[in-house]
Amino acid sequence: MEDNSKQGNLEPLQHDSDAFDDKRVLEGRRSFFLWLIAVGAAAMTTLLSAPLVRYVFYPVFAKTTSVSWSNLGKKSKFLSITTPVKQVVEIKQIDGWREEISRKPVYITKGNSKESLDGVQVLSAVCPHLGCEVPWNEAEGKFMCPCHGSVFSPDGSLELGPAERGMDTLPLKAENDDLMARYEYFQALLSYKKQVE
Amino acid sequence: MSTQLPSDNGRQTASGTKRASLFHWFEQRTGLNKLLHEALDEPIPGGARFAYIFGSGLLFIFLSQFITGIFLALYYVPSADHAHVTVAYITKVVAAGAFLRSLHVYGASAMVIIVLLHLSQTFLFGSYKGKRELLWVSGTVLFVLVMGMAFTGYLLPWDQKAYFATAVGTNVASEVPIVGTFAKQLMRGGNQIGTLTLSRFFVMHVFYIPALIFLFVAVHIYLFRKAGAAGPISENPIHPQQRTESFYPRQLVMDLAFALLLVVALGFAAYFIPATLGPLANPADTHFLPRPEWYYRPLFEWLKIWQGRGEFLRIVVVPGVIVALFVGLPFYDRRLERRPWRRPLAVGIFSLVFLALITLGAYSYYQDSHDKDVAQQLAQQRQAEMEYMKAPFKPQMASGSRLAAAGAATSATDPAVAEGKKIFESHQCNICHGDGAVGTAIAPKLIGIGSQFSEDQFHDLFIHPLPKMEAGHMPHFTFSADETKAIRAYLDSLQ
Repeated sequence: MEDNSKQGNLEPLQHDSDAFDDKRVLEGRRSFFLWLIAVGAAAMTTLLSAPLVRYVFYPVFAKTTSVSWSNLGKKSKFLSITTPVKQVVEIKQIDGWREEISRKPVYITKGNSKESLDGVQVLSAVCPHLGCEVPWNEAEGKFMCPCHGSVFSPDGSLELGPAERGMDTLPLKAENDDLMARYEYFQALLSYKKQVE
Repeated sequence: MSTQLPSDNGRQTASGTKRASLFHWFEQRTGLNKLLHEALDEPIPGGARFAYIFGSGLLFIFLSQFITGIFLALYYVPSADHAHVTVAYITKVVAAGAFLRSLHVYGASAMVIIVLLHLSQTFLFGSYKGKRELLWVSGTVLFVLVMGMAFTGYLLPWDQKAYFATAVGTNVASEVPIVGTFAKQLMRGGNQIGTLTLSRFFVMHVFYIPALIFLFVAVHIYLFRKAGAAGPISENPIHPQQRTESFYPRQLVMDLAFALLLVVALGFAAYFIPATLGPLANPADTHFLPRPEWYYRPLFEWLKIWQGRGEFLRIVVVPGVIVALFVGLPFYDRRLERRPWRRPLAVGIFSLVFLALITLGAYSYYQDSHDKDVAQQLAQQRQAEMEYMKAPFKPQMASGSRLAAAGAATSATDPAVAEGKKIFESHQCNICHGDGAVGTAIAPKLIGIGSQFSEDQFHDLFIHPLPKMEAGHMPHFTFSADETKAIRAYLDSLQ
């Protein structure tokens, strides 16, 4: 029993030539040192690991601008439009120390969807069939996809397949009278709108 | 040392014994406690002293470099295209990144300082004497490895000073007669400093030299324990006479106090004066004045001060003699006398070489500050570095985005190419084939596809599409021969 506790506490460090003979002084000194070392080591470890933890966790909590709102212009400008207005929004995706910029076409149209604002909505120009860019056909007054011939009415609703749903609306908000849209991607070939992350 | 474990512990029933028996179970299988005692029981003749703290201080700094190095590698990319932007990212963006990088940068300097203190202490105390030749030689190998770490690590940020300092450093090697040019090319991975040089330096810095350091630290410590601590200068190095004190606790506390001092000093420096990063390396810059870190200044000045004839003497003989004197010290200095004042020749030569190195280094700084043009250029370089540090981090544009941006910005000079680009864009080929025809998930890249088809074959593709074009739902287009020729020219012009 006596021996056991000694084993666990690094006690039996004795040499024939040990400079310290007074056992009680030695015991007291050693437990003090042990305490000093333990506290010192704990303090040092904590001190050093804090920046390491922050460094490793940085990307987990960092704000990325992968989903950003693009300014389309003054809201009042769009309240009186008669035909869809095409605009290109730039989306910037930050990937660590890299950045990817892609330019995406959108249409600002009249319409009353869930995401419309005062009768104005923003459509993604990507065809919900297979992803071609859908142009506005001024003569017909419709959106007509050049790839497989899907036709959509001015508010983006489906008129003729092979697309199985209307054009996708994008989230919209007004900020200081500016119209802001958030570009999103949607899965093709579905009869309902499903966002792709 | 004997640690008799009680053989019969079945009798123990008190509540505290559970932990003890677990301890025994573990100890019987690992022997860790015995090993710990072995380490802590190291007898020090003459007792613990602050003079002995440098060895463990080095071990501590090495550990710190090892840990911070691993963490830096978490964001660093060793290629000429990405090295600088990733170091900038670490320095300017990542939380605690500047701090950790500074710890690593300043740790390198601290390591060199403590190596010098450690070997000076060993020399002045005559601790290399008395069957300690291999212990000394393993130490000199470690010294060279530490300097190698400093040299290879310096290039990795790939900023102006890193690039040009390495250009000079590798050029020095080429001055060695006969093998010099080959050695330089081997280090650089060719004639020029480029991405291959960076890869080589990275592998040396991160894999090869650290592995050697681990090996030689083990050898060094083993040989040290085998020979025993040499003790004070009054001690007989082979048969110690003085009373010993074990390493634990007093020497351990002294060593830890030194480690704490190092942490605080490095931490303060790293926090309040973070290490800088200069602008991206620009090999075309002919004005840049390369200057090495302080610990390579004496060598730098030595090569600068003596130019022209006498290359063999300068590059081979003088450094060779100094290295031979240094490494061979315990082989020719065989007296057991350890008191410095009784060894005037050895201490005299050592002090002279040390003083010469300090003088050379100091003179290098003196020259730089007293030559008006040089001082001005160096000030400009420091200014550029400060400005770069103040500028916000700019992410690197991904290659696809770069193509798109370049395609939008530059107008092709060949009218056919320009026409082809117009057709490509107006027919929205980019929606499936990507901006600049780089390809997307739904359609292949078309860059340089013209080389696979003749003009007629290419034109025919739009009339009789290939099966995979049909399968991919490629829309039908009706183009004239001139138009397909233009498209083909445009696709061929893309890189």
